[in-house]
Amino acid sequence: MADWTADEMMTVAAARQLRDGTACFVGIGLPSTAANLARATHAPNLVLIYESGCLGAKPDRLPLSIGDGVLADTADAVVSVPEVFNYWLQPGRIDVGFLGAAQLDRYGNINTTVVGGDYDTPKVRLPGAGGAPEIAASCGEVVVIVRQDLRTFTERVDFVTSVGYGTGPGDRERLGLRGGGPRVVITDLGVLEPDPVTRELTLTHLHPGVTREQARAATGWDLAVAEAPAATAPPTAHELAVLRALEATKSDRRRQ
Amino acid sequence: MAKLVSLAEGVAQLVHDGDVVALEGFTHLIPFAAGHEIIRQGRRDLTLVRMTPDVIYDQLIGAGCARRLVFSWGGNPGVGSLHRFRDAVQHAWPRPLELEEHSHAGMANRYVAGASGLPFAVLRGYTGTDLPRHTTNIRPITCPFTGETLTAVPALRPDVTVVHAQRADRNGNVQMWGITGVQKEAVLAAHRSLVTVEEIVDEWEPVPGQVVLPGWAVTAVAEVPGGAHPSYAHGYSVRDNDFYRDWDAVSRHRDTFRAWLDEHVHRAGAAA
Repeated sequence: MADWTADEMMTVAAARQLRDGTACFVGIGLPSTAANLARATHAPNLVLIYESGCLGAKPDRLPLSIGDGVLADTADAVVSVPEVFNYWLQPGRIDVGFLGAAQLDRYGNINTTVVGGDYDTPKVRLPGAGGAPEIAASCGEVVVIVRQDLRTFTERVDFVTSVGYGTGPGDRERLGLRGGGPRVVITDLGVLEPDPVTRELTLTHLHPGVTREQARAATGWDLAVAEAPAATAPPTAHELAVLRALEATKSDRRRQ
Repeated sequence: MAKLVSLAEGVAQLVHDGDVVALEGFTHLIPFAAGHEIIRQGRRDLTLVRMTPDVIYDQLIGAGCARRLVFSWGGNPGVGSLHRFRDAVQHAWPRPLELEEHSHAGMANRYVAGASGLPFAVLRGYTGTDLPRHTTNIRPITCPFTGETLTAVPALRPDVTVVHAQRADRNGNVQMWGITGVQKEAVLAAHRSLVTVEEIVDEWEPVPGQVVLPGWAVTAVAEVPGGAHPSYAHGYSVRDNDFYRDWDAVSRHRDTFRAWLDEHVHRAGAAA
C-alpha cells in the first residue's frame, strides 16, 4: 500500500506543472491547494493571482475563499475586480490559468454551469462561470485539475462554460481566443495532454498503481492513450509533508 | 452629503418592492446585516444583482425576496453549492427565480459602464461559450477601428446598491480598504446607495490602498458594527469560515433554513 492517497498524488502532480517565476490565476479548492504546494516546494517565486484582486498573494495557510484576509495581507498589490480582469487577465499578462471542472470533454471544454435537463430546468444547478471563461480564453495556457470518473469525463459537456479546443483543431484561432488553451489535465488517475494535431486529450502518464484500463473505464468517451504512457513519479516525502501541513491549516477551523 | 441613518431607516427609505438591488462585496465587506434587514422588512419581487451571490443571497432567495437574479457565480466559496439558490432554480421554492447569467469579467465591466455613464461595456469575453445563447444581454460588436469582433454587455444601473465599509465620517465620506472588489463601481452605477460601516468617526487616518467614496456620491450611511458577519471587515474582524461551512447543513433543508431564519433574522431584529 502506498502511504499517500489518489487525491494527494493528483495535487502533487498538478503542483509540479507550475513553473517557478510564472504568474498563475488560481481558482479556489484543488487549484489553490496545488498552487500553494508549488510555491512552498519547487516554485517559491510563483506569482499567485486571485480574482478578488490579490496579485502575488503569499498565504501561509490555505484560504477557504478567494477573498480571505490572508491573501490581501500578503499580496504585492490588491486591485479592484474590474482591474484584475481588464488590466491583468484580458491583455494576456497571466501565464497560467488553473481551473477545476464539473464536466470535461475530450477537447478540454469545461462545464461548471448546469448538468442534466435543460438550461432553464436543469437536474443540477452548479455555481456558474465566475472568472473561468476569460481565464480559459486569455491565459497563456490552462492547467486543469479534476477527478476522473464517468460523471465528469463526458462525451459532451451539457454546457460550455469555458472553451478548451472547442470542436477540434483551429477552433480557438477561429474564435479569436488569444491564450493557448489547456496544456495539461491532471486527474487522480494520470495526466492527459492534447494531441498536437487533433487537440484531443490523450492519456500520457499514469499515476503509480493505476492501469490504462482503469483510466479508460473512468472516461465517458473512447480515451486516446499514448503508446507507452509514462509513470508519474510518486510523491516525495517532502512534497507529502508540505501538502499535509498545508491541508492541516485548512482543517484548523478556529485559526482564520 | 450622505444622510446618517439607522439601518432600518436606510432600508425602508432606499429599498422598495420590485427594485433592482445590488449588494456587493467580494468575499470581504459583504453587507449581511443590511440583507437581513431587507428580509425583515419583507421586500418582495426584487431583482437581485451580485457577482458572487453567496450565502447572503441564498438567505434572501430562500426568504422569498427575489424574483430575478443577475449574477456570475453562485456558490458557497470553498464549501460547495448554495442549496436555497438550487432549490429555487430546480424546484421554484419558495418561488420561481429568473436568472440572468454572466461571467465575472462581464459583470465587472457592466458596473464600470454604469459608473461611467455609458450604455454598454466592451470586452474580450464569453466567446465560444454557451452563455450568449441563454443570456440575450451578451452580444457581439465590431470594433470601428480594427474590424475585430468583441463582446458588448449593457451597463448595470441598479435602483439601489448596498455595500459595507470600515469607516465613515460625519459628512458621510466612506473609507474602505483591503479587498474592495467592485464596490466603488457598484455604488457609482446606482441611482441610490446605502453604505453600512463598522464605525462613524470624527476624523479618520488614511490607510494604504484605501478607496474613498465622497459623501456627496452616497445617499445614506448607517453605522452597523459587525454588519459584514460572517464575511469580515479588514482591520476589524476575520472571516467566520466556520459559519460558511456550517451553512451547508443549515441551508440543505427547507425546515432547518426556516428555523435559522426565524431565530437569527426575524427574532434577532425584534430584540434589536
